[in-house]
Amino acid sequence: MSPTLSVLAVSVVCLATLAIGAYGLRLSRTTSDFYVASRLVTPGWNASAIGGEYLSAASFLGIAGLVLVAGVDMLWFPVGYTAGYLLLLVLVAAPLRRSGAYTLPDFAEARLESPTARRVAAVLVVTIGWLYLLPQFIGAGLTLQIATGAPRWVGAALVGAVVLASVLAGGMRSITLVQAFQYWIKLTAIAVPVVFLVAAWRSDGSPLPDDASWVTPLHAFEHPLYSTYSLILALFFGTMGLPHVLVRFYTNPDGAAARRTTLIVLALLGVFYLFPTVYGVLGKVYASDLVESGRADAVVLELPERLVGGTGGQLLAALLVAGAFAAFLSTSSGLAVSVAGVLSQDLVRSEVHRTVGGRIPGVRAFRGASVLAVLVPFGLSLLGLQLAVADVVGLAFAVAASSFCPLLVLGIWWRRLTPVGAVAGLVAGGGLAGIAVVITLVAGRGDGWSGALLAQPAAWTVPIAFVVMVVVSLRTPHRVPRSIARTMVALHAPESLGLDPPGRSH
Amino acid sequence: MTGPTEPGLPRRVVVTSPRMRARRRTSGYGVTQDIDTQTRLGEVFMASLIRSQLRLAIFTCAALILAVAVLPLVFWLAPDSWLGVGQWLPWVVLGIGVYPCLLAGGWWYVRQAERNEREFVELVDRS
Repeated sequence: MSPTLSVLAVSVVCLATLAIGAYGLRLSRTTSDFYVASRLVTPGWNASAIGGEYLSAASFLGIAGLVLVAGVDMLWFPVGYTAGYLLLLVLVAAPLRRSGAYTLPDFAEARLESPTARRVAAVLVVTIGWLYLLPQFIGAGLTLQIATGAPRWVGAALVGAVVLASVLAGGMRSITLVQAFQYWIKLTAIAVPVVFLVAAWRSDGSPLPDDASWVTPLHAFEHPLYSTYSLILALFFGTMGLPHVLVRFYTNPDGAAARRTTLIVLALLGVFYLFPTVYGVLGKVYASDLVESGRADAVVLELPERLVGGTGGQLLAALLVAGAFAAFLSTSSGLAVSVAGVLSQDLVRSEVHRTVGGRIPGVRAFRGASVLAVLVPFGLSLLGLQLAVADVVGLAFAVAASSFCPLLVLGIWWRRLTPVGAVAGLVAGGGLAGIAVVITLVAGRGDGWSGALLAQPAAWTVPIAFVVMVVVSLRTPHRVPRSIARTMVALHAPESLGLDPPGRSH
Repeated sequence: MTGPTEPGLPRRVVVTSPRMRARRRTSGYGVTQDIDTQTRLGEVFMASLIRSQLRLAIFTCAALILAVAVLPLVFWLAPDSWLGVGQWLPWVVLGIGVYPCLLAGGWWYVRQAERNEREFVELVDRS
């Protein structure tokens, strides 16, 4: 791979991100701009921004790598990432927007009127955010190493620095702009090379992989049926609990726009996810040596040179490196903003402020928190964990599905949820899934049933979280918030009814 | 960042309303008022809307589970047949076919959810 072209590609993406960030600095004058882009972003832009933010290293590099290693079962990752948005649309999109909540802790407090619930939610947001940032940094290190031969920490440090600079400078307004562009950069970067790769493959006689167990479903895991269903559960129900996804819904003008935005996101994701599979299958034919050398996540970057070759191959590889960096930067900055917002509001400062309407935590506190939000996962990425990028992201989804999914679903649809029940469920589900994740991260994937249960915890932690929330709530009926009727109206009444906007009155 | 610290520049005041598009109604009477002030009648109206939206959500989730989440079981129950004619069939289904279905499901849901809300607003207006 040509180091010069790659460095050029990475520089262009980083500089463009910083430039748009600086432009956003001039635009964002009020604190509302800084945090939520003043809530005036059209569904089309917002959907592009969500797509740009959501398509991370796991989507751009990880899926193809997993397909190369384990075959058709891994297609559940992109399917789950997309179907998660359908469930988010159906179960939470419009009510969540109408709740006026900007972060998940905001929602917990508004719905349950409990500072404790808010605090527990804040700890979970930071945990999930860091868990999701970690693979972004690992992927950045790997990408830059393959492209230029630089040591792994350089790529991670570069992404960390650019994210910090743009977050510190521009806040949410500039991020929306950056993210929207980055979706289209990523789609171009992954789609254009496919045309050339497929043409080269056809002129090579269209060879297909002849590894029967790789081609047939349910051969990837040790306990295939359990693991597949557990993965499906984590991905389908985890999306709605990702901290950087919720923030984007707040930038919709109303509940109906939130639904339309989600629908466009479904289309954008569906188009993008057609491509990683192609890289995985071609990788099985032309680059299966990467599996033995433990660099399967690099298959997307390696294919153009092996299949097309020459200057054309180098140009395509540089394009893919640029797309990969766009993926690291967009996801990382969205996560950094969310984690920093929660850190500065809930965990660093003792007072609790409402984000909109009341006094806003100082921009200085937010900046300090941003540094912390980026440095912790950067440090973790240096520990040299040997896990596939998409696997780590899958673990973040499992924690989100076992904590925030029940909180949101029950909070929106079940008026008898109490703060005690919610906190108990968050601690039980999030805690158990978290422990499983830590064991898997530290000790690696185990064997037998215990290994399967710990590597894919969602199938047991999600039901436990739901059951604990329901049972504890039913046993503490006197703790149902007094303003529950008011909250339910705010969550479900259509805006065209002309009631007072929620989030203002309290 | 927040304006007044920059010398020579007046603080820029941004005048926006996050709810520019929402129709503000002039009448403060009728069921709208009931819903706003949490009377018994208002609660009955709201409960009916929430119920119909929940029914729609559960129906859509059930359809998703039947259509997509049943696939591993299908693959599990008929594993050998894939090795014959259709060994690439699961790839086509999971790699391509799922996405249009998800989009169609989402489109259908949005239409139904907006219809529920429209009917609710009309009902409230008539009452």
